[in-house]
Amino acid sequence: MYPRKFSYVAPNRVEEVLTLLRKYRDEAKLLAGGHSLLPMMKLRIIGPRLVIDLKNLRDRLAYIRDGARVVRIGALTTHADIELSRTLMRDIPLLPETARWIGDMQVRNMGTVGGSLAHSDPAGDWPVAMLALDASVTIQGARKRTIPLSRFLKGPFTTALKPTEILTEIVVPKPPKGHGWSWKKFERRAGDFATVNVAAIVVPDGRGRVKNVSIAIGSVNPTPYRAVNAERILRGKRPDAGLLDKAAEMAAEKAQPSSDLRGSAEYKKWLTRVMVRRALEEALSRAGITLEMTQHA
Amino acid sequence: MPRRMTRRARPRATAEAPQETVPVRVKINGVEYSHNVEPRLLLVNYIRDVVGLTGTHVGCDTTHCGACTVLVKGLRGDSWVAVKSCTLLTTQVDGKEVLTIEGLAKNGELHPLQKAFWENHGLQCGFCTPGMIMSALGLLLRNPNPSREEIKWGITGNLCRCTGYINIVKSIEAAAKEMREKGITI
Ligand SMILES: Cc1cc2nc3c(=O)[nH]c(=O)nc-3n(C[C@H](O)[C@H](O)[C@H](O)COP(=O)(O)OP(=O)(O)OC[C@H]3O[C@@H](n4cnc5c(N)ncnc54)[C@H](O)[C@@H]3O)c2cc1C
Ligand code: FES
Ligand code: FES
Repeated sequence: MYPRKFSYVAPNRVEEVLTLLRKYRDEAKLLAGGHSLLPMMKLRIIGPRLVIDLKNLRDRLAYIRDGARVVRIGALTTHADIELSRTLMRDIPLLPETARWIGDMQVRNMGTVGGSLAHSDPAGDWPVAMLALDASVTIQGARKRTIPLSRFLKGPFTTALKPTEILTEIVVPKPPKGHGWSWKKFERRAGDFATVNVAAIVVPDGRGRVKNVSIAIGSVNPTPYRAVNAERILRGKRPDAGLLDKAAEMAAEKAQPSSDLRGSAEYKKWLTRVMVRRALEEALSRAGITLEMTQHA
Repeated sequence: MPRRMTRRARPRATAEAPQETVPVRVKINGVEYSHNVEPRLLLVNYIRDVVGLTGTHVGCDTTHCGACTVLVKGLRGDSWVAVKSCTLLTTQVDGKEVLTIEGLAKNGELHPLQKAFWENHGLQCGFCTPGMIMSALGLLLRNPNPSREEIKWGITGNLCRCTGYINIVKSIEAAAKEMREKGITI
């Protein structure tokens, strides 16, 4: 299968990319890892006239920089770079674990975190994990801006990026030391996109209670979402099994999945509840919080 | 036939009319090739149809089966990484090195992975084998002593319709052992 004909260029500088984008706008497409773009071009879902390959910008835009409060990740950093990063394994283990479950080894060697976020697939894994971590993205156009990911993801395959802009960096706040985390991706077969994917972060208060919690859910809505109601009822509590059930139920309420090859809407909604429940249990346990035992007398 | 490297002009963006061709220079299994190719030419078609190395297979052509897996050096720093060549443009590996199944045997002697697949019945029809071996090599270069679980995880991107995978995992385990003992990589 061949894509439609196009012209190809691989600039050495971000400024050159921006100049080309301003000139060709919607007719140009950026190529990062190409693992969403090329399949779409081969199936002729899209047919850009100009492909701007970012491969020569890897020196500038592929990095994992450890700061005091945040980790900065360059847009061209591959899934494999994140999967194998010692810094991230130590400080934000949710990220290497998310990477590990994306596609397969070959896909992870090519695909980039920036490409994934810019692509904004409703079943993509990075949007979910990054949303749970309150990440922001830096966008370079005529000027530079940094916005929260929640304002960047606008809908299925739709983001706040203008045709003349490029995503350059993801800024991830480090959760406090001792936080608990969980990544629950339910896939029908190895390497598939998620049926439901859930990320959870639990920050303990040091006295066995939940100080803070975030729960992000993907694949069951046009864009991933934070289960804010469920988060609210857990804050300040030492949960028991009943409260976890309740939180999982509330988290799944907002899910509006559609029936497709991966299952019926009803099944996916139930699955969301189950996966949130499991994610919470795992994150709580990693945060050193034991469940309050309920009395059955 | 391999052609000698020629000096080339930098590709120019002219979106008005699609470029007919762009020059690429790729080293495959140690041999330098340079050609003018259509920008849309996929790496697997370059390897098979232009260079004429048909050991790299096309199964699904949709990034799922892994039959087209080759190693490329220069994508992530200086290490060799396994990629699915049906989902790369040839231009993406311009100036880089590629290793295909044909590049594994040295001086008429099979690479430990090839030998192990033979000895452990790691193939039946053989269609998936070149890709399977290149993925295995990509894994072993990163992790020379993988557990069974890690081997299975490493080849999730490669489908085999014949063997049931058990003997493939055994083959990779055996090859890993030999490669460690003899200090063989590529
Ligand atoms: C077989 C297979 C399995 C997969 N499984 C999963 C999975 O389990 N989970 C998952 O999350 N993903 C999965 N993916 C998708 C994969 O992670 C892609 O690599 C990723 O979605 C896109 O990243 P990329 O670097 O390849 O982007 P590209 O394909 O190069 O680009 C994607 C889009 O983003 C734009 N873009 C890229 N970079 C930038 C930038 N810096 N600034 C602005 N726009 C940009 C491009 O123009 C294009 O429109 C799978 C893909 C395949 C082929
Ligand atoms: S031919 Fe199947 S993955 Fe490339
Ligand atoms: S041996 Fe036939 S497909 Fe694997």
